[in-house]
Amino acid sequence: MNKFYNTNSFKLWSKLGQRAVFGLGMLEIIKKHKDLIVVTADVSTSAGLDRFRKNFKDNYVDVGIAEQNMIGIAAGMASEGHKVITTTFSPFQTLRCSEQIKVMLGYMKIKVVMVGLASGLVLGPLGFTHCSIEDISLLRSIPNISIVCPSDPTEVIKATEASINYDRSVYIRLTGSSNTRQIYAEDYDFKIGESITLKNGTDISIISNGSIIAECLDTANFLETKGISVEVINMHTIKPLDKKKLNEIFLNKKLIVSVEEHNVIGGLSSSIAEEMSELKNKPPLIKIGINDFYSSGGSYEFLKSVYKIKSEDISNTILKYYEQS
Amino acid sequence: MIEQRKNFDEFIKQVRINILKFSLAAGSDSAHIGGALSCADIMGVLYKKYIKIVESGSDKRNRFILSKGHACLALYSCLVELGLIKPEEIQTFEKNESRLLGHPVINKEIGIEFSTGSLGMGLSLGIGVALSFKNKKKENNVYVLLGDGECNEGSIWESAMSAVNFNLDNLTCIIDNNGFQQTGTNEQIMKNSNIAEKWKSFNWDVYEIDGHNINEIDNALSVVSNKPKLVVAKTIKGKGLKIAEENNAWHHSMISKQQYEDGVKDLNE
Repeated sequence: MNKFYNTNSFKLWSKLGQRAVFGLGMLEIIKKHKDLIVVTADVSTSAGLDRFRKNFKDNYVDVGIAEQNMIGIAAGMASEGHKVITTTFSPFQTLRCSEQIKVMLGYMKIKVVMVGLASGLVLGPLGFTHCSIEDISLLRSIPNISIVCPSDPTEVIKATEASINYDRSVYIRLTGSSNTRQIYAEDYDFKIGESITLKNGTDISIISNGSIIAECLDTANFLETKGISVEVINMHTIKPLDKKKLNEIFLNKKLIVSVEEHNVIGGLSSSIAEEMSELKNKPPLIKIGINDFYSSGGSYEFLKSVYKIKSEDISNTILKYYEQS
Repeated sequence: MIEQRKNFDEFIKQVRINILKFSLAAGSDSAHIGGALSCADIMGVLYKKYIKIVESGSDKRNRFILSKGHACLALYSCLVELGLIKPEEIQTFEKNESRLLGHPVINKEIGIEFSTGSLGMGLSLGIGVALSFKNKKKENNVYVLLGDGECNEGSIWESAMSAVNFNLDNLTCIIDNNGFQQTGTNEQIMKNSNIAEKWKSFNWDVYEIDGHNINEIDNALSVVSNKPKLVVAKTIKGKGLKIAEENNAWHHSMISKQQYEDGVKDLNE
């Protein structure tokens, strides 16, 4: 596939953030997939799709604020051969229409790409109706659906293109704000189900995904100054998991730390724990994430502190464990 | 006209007999008999004349979606009559690894467009299909059959609103208005006596008919409208099996050999 971007794009994109870049990218992606349909639930502006809506009327369906209908219409169109992307805010893209997703995308295996906007904690000022800390857990239990959590806007574009060409339905979970950290300076190959080592290290493996991975990179660099060698793995695909890489980590590392902007029940840490559960000798797994409670609302940075998923919190948690053992 | 009428009558009689055969095959696993018999006439007319699943090949066929998936026996029975399902397969109904379960499982080879049974989903799927036909400038039509109890589901109203919004004149929705739902009458469980008015207020082109009168069904289905079309078909739950008519104990039940034989005898008279 011809690329419509280069490394110069990456810097600009990180300023715009994952959501805006998704909408921007669709203006290019549509040129390669003329029959592609975007189905939204009254969120064109939030998804950066205003220009798409104006310029590609025949490829844009707005169902209004009706997410169950959104999945049904998407599945109906996909069953007639269209490539279909649905998008709305993460809670409404997943939990609100979860049974439609189960029956149509899971049970019937109708292929649709779902893009969950502003997942995690970024909408904290709006309260927990709009935060999304349960989406992965719920979708992970539905067969035939893959889940991808891009780490930065560049990876959103790569994940979207890969998902359109993938053979089953995919949920793409967008996180972070605008002015998000640019994780990738250089171009790279993205493949659904294949993790990426962002930083090498010999003692500890931090496994994470989504924009929160920036905090993990800071932690890893800080711990190096304390003489602890830390690798950072971008496990961008939660389903199917990169089992090959995980088992390599289980064999070679003294400690594994999972970091997720999601409930610790049912997300990345659960996936890792499930994969290692039958091994006789395994390293300990520290699960860092949202510890199964709704806090008071507040800014993104505030909530990351509350849930102790900022880099200094992650560093402290790891150091504390290190000192005890 | 008279010839066509005879064709319909014979087809629908066989559909009802097939429904009873399937029900007998289900044995103690039971079957949704009442709601399959109530829509047998509607589905008979649809499959005999409107869907054109056999004669028009895979792409040109019109699409039928059984949103009230528990009435699968009416669908399977039509497909048996059209030769898409072999009569021998009736005996596999609800058995291990069968293609014919108690709710339809998507299988385009034998004419099942979607897996349905979780209520309130079929109209959204139909709208998606109808939008796709419009997008690709295809002439195919889409038919969706709903239950009246199914209209309790909020998702039905999401889709009802959107079909008009998208100007889907290639979409026909039929409500099998048998007046009952799982544990009682609509009146007892969730009142919807003004169902036609509700859809009219959503700006559908609404027709109210006797759902067992072949001419009325055929006439309503043949109307060309510039809006999405809704047919409220007043029906009798259990229609054609005397002991089951208007008796909601037959919503999901077992049929004995004797009841089956009496039923087939009545239908043949």
